[in-house]
Amino acid sequence: MHNDKKGFLGRIDWLTICLWLILCLIGWFNIHAAVYDPENPGLFSMATNYGKQSIYIFTAIIIGFSILIIDQRFFISASPFIYVVVVLLLVAVLIVGRNVGGNQAWIPLGSFRLQPSEFGKLATCLLLAYFLNTQTNKNPSLKGLAIGACIVLFPVFLVMLQPDTGSALAFFSLIFVFYREGYVGTKLLILGGFAILLFVLALLVNQWILIGIIAAVCLVFIFLLGKKRKYLIDMGVIFAVASVYVLSVDFAYDNILQSHQRNRIDVILGKMDDPKGEGYNLNQSKIAIGSGKLLGKGYLQGTQTKYNFVPEQSTDFIFCTVGEEWGFVGSIFLIGIYVFLLFRIIHIAERQRTTFARVYAYGVASILFFHFFINIGMTIGIVPVIGIPLPFISYGGSSLWSFTILLFILLKFDSARKGLSPN
Amino acid sequence: MNSYFERKYVIQGIILIIALTIVARLFYLQVIDDSYLLSANNNVLRKVIEYPARGVILDRNGKILVQNEPVYDLMVIPRETRNIDTALLCRLIGIDKEGFDKRIKKAREHSPYRASIFEKLIPKETFAVLQEHMDKFNGFYTVDRNIRTYPDSIAAQFLGYIQEVNDKDIERSNGFYRSGDYIGASGVERSYEELLRGTRGVKNQMVDALNRPQGSFMDGKYDTLAIAGEGLISSLDKELQILAEKLMKNKLGSVVAIEPSTGEILTYVSSPSYNPNLMVGRERGNNYMEMLYDPYKPMFNRPIQASYPPGSVFKVVAALTAQQAGIINPQTIFHCPGGYRYGRNAIMRCTHVDGPTDLVKSIQKSCNTYYGYVYAQMLDSRGMPTHKAYDLWRDGLLKFGLGNPLGIDLPGEKGGNVFPSEYYTKHFGSDKWTSSYNISQSIGQGQLGITPLQMANIMAIVANRGYYYRPHLIKGIGEKKIVKKEFTEKIWAGVDAKHYEPVIEGMSRAVSSGTATASRIPGIEMCGKTGTVQNPHGENHAVFFAFAPRDNPKIAIAVFVENAGYGGTWAAPIASMLIEKYIRDTVSLPKYVQDRILNASILPKVKTTEKKPEVREKKDSTDKSKAANNKAQTAFYQDNKKRELLVHHSQVR
Repeated sequence: MHNDKKGFLGRIDWLTICLWLILCLIGWFNIHAAVYDPENPGLFSMATNYGKQSIYIFTAIIIGFSILIIDQRFFISASPFIYVVVVLLLVAVLIVGRNVGGNQAWIPLGSFRLQPSEFGKLATCLLLAYFLNTQTNKNPSLKGLAIGACIVLFPVFLVMLQPDTGSALAFFSLIFVFYREGYVGTKLLILGGFAILLFVLALLVNQWILIGIIAAVCLVFIFLLGKKRKYLIDMGVIFAVASVYVLSVDFAYDNILQSHQRNRIDVILGKMDDPKGEGYNLNQSKIAIGSGKLLGKGYLQGTQTKYNFVPEQSTDFIFCTVGEEWGFVGSIFLIGIYVFLLFRIIHIAERQRTTFARVYAYGVASILFFHFFINIGMTIGIVPVIGIPLPFISYGGSSLWSFTILLFILLKFDSARKGLSPN
Repeated sequence: MNSYFERKYVIQGIILIIALTIVARLFYLQVIDDSYLLSANNNVLRKVIEYPARGVILDRNGKILVQNEPVYDLMVIPRETRNIDTALLCRLIGIDKEGFDKRIKKAREHSPYRASIFEKLIPKETFAVLQEHMDKFNGFYTVDRNIRTYPDSIAAQFLGYIQEVNDKDIERSNGFYRSGDYIGASGVERSYEELLRGTRGVKNQMVDALNRPQGSFMDGKYDTLAIAGEGLISSLDKELQILAEKLMKNKLGSVVAIEPSTGEILTYVSSPSYNPNLMVGRERGNNYMEMLYDPYKPMFNRPIQASYPPGSVFKVVAALTAQQAGIINPQTIFHCPGGYRYGRNAIMRCTHVDGPTDLVKSIQKSCNTYYGYVYAQMLDSRGMPTHKAYDLWRDGLLKFGLGNPLGIDLPGEKGGNVFPSEYYTKHFGSDKWTSSYNISQSIGQGQLGITPLQMANIMAIVANRGYYYRPHLIKGIGEKKIVKKEFTEKIWAGVDAKHYEPVIEGMSRAVSSGTATASRIPGIEMCGKTGTVQNPHGENHAVFFAFAPRDNPKIAIAVFVENAGYGGTWAAPIASMLIEKYIRDTVSLPKYVQDRILNASILPKVKTTEKKPEVREKKDSTDKSKAANNKAQTAFYQDNKKRELLVHHSQVR
């Protein structure tokens, strides 16, 4: 085969690496803008966040290419081991971790802090791929789904103990993997969509009115489908489940969620207007992005980010800097790059010969997609404020390295796909 | 394998839908909705007002009368106050814990994120100590302000004071002033407000999320600089003013001295005065209330607002206007038997028997009889009804600057009182009245009312032999020393120059061998006229006005001391000392005379119980309270008969 004549470098998906590098550089420039102090423009300094980020990017490149050199079989066979190590780390962080902002998420390592939950996603993806690979020649079974779900939910449970809700939620994006592999049906996916819709509605609308509306919708369906006994029972069940769900959402909302989580949801839903308290972050974030207008204020000209109106602006709210300084055009560019990257990963996933690689690739896509959606969504007020980074862009070593490792392992599988037997 | 391949499209679809949702939301935020840009500017931009320095006022020799002194407002941003040493801060600025909590609470109510004034007008001495500890007070910072300061604490009523604008001021100014601005409220500060205040500057300051300044917006493209107010050069002579205020201490009354050749006011005393430094700074409010309720009314601007019957000094005007009207000439002689009989049983007494009296002697000896005749002839023997003749007489007075405000550059000037004939026609019920009906006006009593400023101006007219310049207090504005046009205009007083010499001769003799001999200045020919104003409410007022030297006069002066008795005793020595001080920069009056004046306290007693409530009594009850006041005063004067006797002894006519 002519492909075999290509060298090692030729089989690497350079397009993905380009997209990855562009994102890292966008991140680096915007971190510079976010921490830029107009009083002391100064020179490049290693003490600042953008100075450190340049080191992180540099090391990320080294880590990335080291991964490309390692034999892909190592990752496959080491999957269970990596999973166990990360789980131990997740347990360790609960004991020896450092509490930052209410989350016991960091293990201090010298001058450096490790965030095990970032690596939890990687380990989960690997073990999930490893497990589903063993199911390759079987039909998707409920038992397979249950074991797979356990693999995902175990780290979720540990992360929730920190408690780091944002990182925990990211694991749920792996539902796309189960969907793609046939463990979850389209109906279930639609049902999930409806569940989210109902959840939002349950918080916005009085529960009894909502139940009334559900009843009305069910009656309309019965009328349209004809009064057959089968549909009557179906609609009855749907109505009953939906009503209980709505009631339990209200209950869960009032009794299970913590007050700051409730407040964040309230702000998003417009139930709470508090631009100086809970809504401060979101309000300032929207002001920064909105004031960017079509073309933005220009590099280092963003007054809102420059003068620290937006909190966490080099980490979780980095998108504000993009929106303010590069405007709508720049934001579209960034979103375009992301969508391009996600589509590229799906494309790569589909050309894999092994279930392992495909599952892993979808895992990568799912996690990146979740971060992309939630992070940008929270800065513009379409999802509640959940503190998770924007992959490759947000400041921080743990985040950048873990996403880079996640992506480059995929690139390694892809470059070596010819050598892997399809089982 | 790959049996669910097509599900890839579903996943891609979901990604696309989410991406498009984000884009749509961004489109709305960034392209459609403009409010975020506005909010961003509100976030970042602070319009910082730069207060201009108020104009400095100098005396005629360039010495400072009022200048600015830096003070500091202590600002607080409540949200940023953390771990501060409250006790230390309280001690440094002199407040207690309770006051501290009150201020913080007020500031927090205003805004926890924005700066509020914590303590106003901290003097620089306190600031110096405070500044050393500022690092211990997170959330506090200071702002420079200026207050007025008066190095010699003089000329309070002339300089006036400034105060914070009230709502009416803001409304009147069409938004020029803002809450917290200062505005001239009286005196020169008020009349020259537009020049003194300068122009405010606006700096578009960018601030960060913690409200900390972060450099200027667009490199200051939209900033405007503060322009300091114009400096003013006043006509006042500081040394003379200090002496005059010293001499008038513990007396009620006024001293006004004018340079006749220009109309510039050299000395302007309203007594009792107050220390102008009390009207600035943190204690201003208390001081102000205290002065407002002071029974001697230090805020009352006597030289331009107090209107008195002029007494005998009016004879100078009467002599001049009668000559101009052709009623008398220097040779005209009236016989003085010791009084002027204007009715069967009505006599206006002279204090002495002068016998045949001509014009010069009438001034020298201050002969009431003479001016009774002059007034009678002015009104009754001019071949026209008395009321018409009266109006002619009155016109002469008006030309002398009486009856109307002179137009000095101070707010609140009164015009005095010279009633038109209609007043008497109405008062007496017909126009068939004659000079005898209001004969007391002939010698400056009765309904006549003249301000001390007008008296001094009469002297300026006499010194100039026929004209005056509008008296004014500011002789130069700004660096170019511009003089207002209305102050350079020569105003004719309606009497020809030739008529002045006999009057001046009479005034010269009044000083050398008449009613004011004790106030002679060796080597300087002073021409003056005493007056003792009958005061139906109590002790007579002492008046003296004069100019000197006789040829090429340098200074015209009027001294009015309320309730002091004879003009020659109290008013003349004061005028004499001031004239000599001004011309020769020394005082040669005997020491004991100086001390007598300096140490005398001629303040009428005021019952403390009448102090406060009656200030705000209803109009219909004022007559009653006046009567009560008079009674009190009479009682006081009876207690002081001793002093009065003393006055009689030293009295020299």
